[in-house]
Amino acid sequence: MDHLLRLLGQVAPQPTAENPEGSGFPSQLQKIPGEVVEVVQAVWLNLPTNILLGVVLATLAITTAVSQWLQQKPPANINPALIRRFDLRVRAWWLMCAILVFGLLLHRIGTVVLFGLVSFWALREFITMTPTRRGDHRALFWALVIFTPLQYVLIGLGGTTIYRHDGRPVDFYAIYSIMIPVYASLFVPARIAIAGDSKKFLERSAQIQLGLLICVYALSHAPALLDLKLYSSRGERWEGSNAGLLFFFVLICQLSEVFFWVSGQLIGKTVIAKDVSTSRTWEGLFGGVLATGMAGLCLYWVTPFEIWEAAILSMVVAGMGFLGAMTMSAIKRDRGVTDYGSLVLGHAGVLDRIDTLCFAAPVFYHLTRFFFSR
Amino acid sequence: MAAVFPVNNSSDRPKPATLSSDRRIFGTTIAVLAKLLSGFTVRWINCAPDTCQRVYFANHTSHLDAVVLWSALPRELRALTRPVAAKDYWGKTAIRRYVASSFNAMLIDRHEIKVHQSPIDTMLREIGDIYSLIVFPEGSRNSDADMGEFKSGLYYLAKKRPDLELIPVYMDNLNRVLPRGEILPVPLLSCITMGSPIYLEKGESKVDFLKRARETVRKLKDS
Repeated sequence: MDHLLRLLGQVAPQPTAENPEGSGFPSQLQKIPGEVVEVVQAVWLNLPTNILLGVVLATLAITTAVSQWLQQKPPANINPALIRRFDLRVRAWWLMCAILVFGLLLHRIGTVVLFGLVSFWALREFITMTPTRRGDHRALFWALVIFTPLQYVLIGLGGTTIYRHDGRPVDFYAIYSIMIPVYASLFVPARIAIAGDSKKFLERSAQIQLGLLICVYALSHAPALLDLKLYSSRGERWEGSNAGLLFFFVLICQLSEVFFWVSGQLIGKTVIAKDVSTSRTWEGLFGGVLATGMAGLCLYWVTPFEIWEAAILSMVVAGMGFLGAMTMSAIKRDRGVTDYGSLVLGHAGVLDRIDTLCFAAPVFYHLTRFFFSR
Repeated sequence: MAAVFPVNNSSDRPKPATLSSDRRIFGTTIAVLAKLLSGFTVRWINCAPDTCQRVYFANHTSHLDAVVLWSALPRELRALTRPVAAKDYWGKTAIRRYVASSFNAMLIDRHEIKVHQSPIDTMLREIGDIYSLIVFPEGSRNSDADMGEFKSGLYYLAKKRPDLELIPVYMDNLNRVLPRGEILPVPLLSCITMGSPIYLEKGESKVDFLKRARETVRKLKDS
């Protein structure tokens, strides 16, 4: 606990290797071009990250084998529909894993572009599903074609060091953390108003704002994790890989979905809101959060966190993911669709796969930034 | 989705005139762009892609309709299928003529209709016994969600060439991608549904046939 208190009350940091004078908020302001700039991360994918990747791939392979075996010799006491759904789920995991690993192999810029494309596709599904009017056309164009790419360009620039004319480095965090909440969310209703159609004005503005907030703004915090300069809670510079931390986060989100489902099946009794989701229960929520905490505890070695910190953060991620899934089911119920993809594709869409990520990403990012970064 | 169905290739058909390779490449580019921009899914309901002569008739809500419907067909069929387009727009400049020829468009004059030179006769002469057609019987684009009345051209096509398969097509959500009067498209997702062919029944009147044709398109929306 005293680690945390020290972090919170960080007025006079101890001298460290990077910062021998132990001066308060280091020489960011006086930094001039040409000075040696600390590299944000030394290793893109270090040994622990590669081990974690290997473990995940091995687990997926085992799961696939089990799924194949179940399909060939279906046990009498298991519902065949359940086996089919399990098989689809395993395929979706392989796809997600392949996409994420592909992005990570292309390094930082590949990962940012990848998340950008996912955001774009999710927003596309979101807006296709919501009823818009003719007068929203220009506002939708801004949301999909201008604000979405712009947010990811800013995230991408966040990893570079560009200097102002007076020699101070540009802090891109100050732009990308407010671009959508400030500029986009004020501009969108104004653009709709200029188009001159006032019917259902509040609903229409809120739809586009919520779409941008969930699909673009929230999700963009996941790749922003790559640019955090991380310290352990003891105050030592963390030498690990930020890409590994991102992979840890995505993995915890996916695991939490599994744990919620399993614990809902095993101990679920009290349905939280039966008009929104018939399968999500209070027991499932607690079981899932605890199980995800255990999983995070086992994987702490990829992160800058202590064991107990990893467990708590994983539980927070699981809780936020649960809220995300509930929110998205409420939207789906309202629009009368079962899956976002079923509008057009006949199977689950991108938005169905990332609802937990979207809600968990900004909270995970900001907690990590607040407690573990300087 | 379209790739799931093998294209039924009747072997002893006359081959279409080959386009120059730059037009073929540009045509493929147009098809890929249309797919990216309108994110369409193609559903064939009680109907499969076939090289036999067909008339695809669809609801008309957007400038993109003709290009998107053409792009939604498998590649073998794209070479055989000609969207009917307005000559006064697509024939105006050299660039437009080039683009139109790349997506195999058949330019029909809407203004100079003479007794012996009706557009229907021109279309039938142009398709010969090789090509299929894409037509929009509502005529002009429809701004509201509901479909307009069908013009009589479809009836005369069916009457003069009873062997043509008339395929109803419903194009959903394209009016949101590029509504009337807009220049910039919003890349949403759309859905194209192809239904089973209809034919002109014996003794069916023009009004009844057009009404039935319109209903088959409308029904595809909910299927």
